[in-house]
Amino acid sequence: MSSVLYDKPGPKAKLRNWIYTGVFAVLVALALWWILDRMAEKNQLEADKWTPFVTDSQVWTTFLLPGLVETLKAGLIAMVIALPLGAAFGIARLSDHAWVRVPVGALVEFFRAIPVLILMIFSSALYVMLGTVSSDLRPLYAVVTGLVLYNASVIAEIVRAGVLSLPRGQTDAAKAIGMRKGQTMMYVLVPQAVTAMLPALVSQLVVILKDTALGGAFLGFADLMSMNRQISANYSNTIATMVTIALIYIAVNFTLTTLASALEKRLRQSKRGTGAVLEGDVAEVDAGGASGVGKAP
Amino acid sequence: MFDFLTSGQYDVLGAFWVTVQLTLYSAVGSLIWGLMLAGMRVSPVPLMRTFGTTYVNVVRNTPLTLLVLGCSLGLDQTLGITLAGGDSKEIGFRLAILGLIAYTGTFVCEALRSGINTVPVGQAEAARALGLSFFQVLTLIVLPQAFRAVVGPLTNVLIALTKNTTVAATIGVAEAALLMKEMLENEADALFAVFGVFALGFVLLTLPTGLLLGWVAKRVAVKR
Repeated sequence: MSSVLYDKPGPKAKLRNWIYTGVFAVLVALALWWILDRMAEKNQLEADKWTPFVTDSQVWTTFLLPGLVETLKAGLIAMVIALPLGAAFGIARLSDHAWVRVPVGALVEFFRAIPVLILMIFSSALYVMLGTVSSDLRPLYAVVTGLVLYNASVIAEIVRAGVLSLPRGQTDAAKAIGMRKGQTMMYVLVPQAVTAMLPALVSQLVVILKDTALGGAFLGFADLMSMNRQISANYSNTIATMVTIALIYIAVNFTLTTLASALEKRLRQSKRGTGAVLEGDVAEVDAGGASGVGKAP
Repeated sequence: MFDFLTSGQYDVLGAFWVTVQLTLYSAVGSLIWGLMLAGMRVSPVPLMRTFGTTYVNVVRNTPLTLLVLGCSLGLDQTLGITLAGGDSKEIGFRLAILGLIAYTGTFVCEALRSGINTVPVGQAEAARALGLSFFQVLTLIVLPQAFRAVVGPLTNVLIALTKNTTVAATIGVAEAALLMKEMLENEADALFAVFGVFALGFVLLTLPTGLLLGWVAKRVAVKR
């Protein structure tokens, strides 16, 4: 239990660490006590505000579970449509022909620069104008369209980074045995890139699931997020409902995040393939290199 | 087609100014909060490490929408925590920033931690051999080098933050996304023009940031 940032604690440092632990624990406890006191004052700690989630199965069957199903549905549909679209864009951005590469690049950069909520609001208004989608389905369509437009361009970047992460020798070897450009891409680069980018794709699914909540809060999509209004209208327990909904989101997303890092670890250790791995969250965090100072103690 | 811009009925620039303000305040706040979280996650005190790790794992996996709505419905409307009062507009603005800082701080923390990983082990070992304490090693030796490595990733976080400020629309902060929704309801015939204006606004906000800071990132990166 030591890291390169500090020496193994001796008697003095141990005492100091205990003092820091004590001070920090008191600070956290004070913050918690303040918020709980505030909640007690506003009657948010009363048992009947929290027990419905344990005793009343109707809360789950009428609100939470159907909401979760809608959330997962929107997320999965968006992923399934965005994946091939993104792969096509990503490969097109690597094309040797400028007339393919440049317009696709501009398209990808454009949709990556726009907030997903703007895209959802636009899609919703577009479906209203077209009038082809019934009003019950419109929120789902708008959410999925917004997510697809945004995430296809993010996935395009992941695919591009995945292909570029492969060693140069792969292309050279494919050329040497006489493969065409298309064959090199289809048989050599893409299959290897897919394994390299699996962790990044799973992380992107988490981002998509989190973004579906925008539809629930803003566009009347009946997802898990939107259930907070309905449940707290019935039981007037805003905070308990928020906490429960947050826990469900965290449980689903934490499982996926853990899966992504397990995949990443497995791929890094695997002897097969080139050992190229794209970390999760390429879009948000990517400093590369994991040999240095701050390795988890 | 672009009548809505000249009619004086909508304050598009004003809405984008609110977006910029949200971005700037949240960026400063989440940089500080992220730095504190990163410090906790590499510190020698186990309780701080546990707190940092748990906080990051919990908040990163919560939708930002839920955090911002929770700040508004939970803190303000239920518990009456308004952060210095004022009218509902000011309270919404401040609570949106609070939610954005709580969320973005975790990404800043993870970026900084991966930056700390790029600093060679020898640097910290040499610093310890000189007798520097943990806090000195971190602030004098490791973080200055780590920061130079993470300008690029932090730029991505800043751009994501700029786009995430639209979530404040869900609690009624009068920024770009909320105005766009209002305009689309009233000017349905100018759908594409309205979308174009707002899309252009965000491209103009995020593209120069990316280009400028991308250039800075290349200049300051430590060649290893």
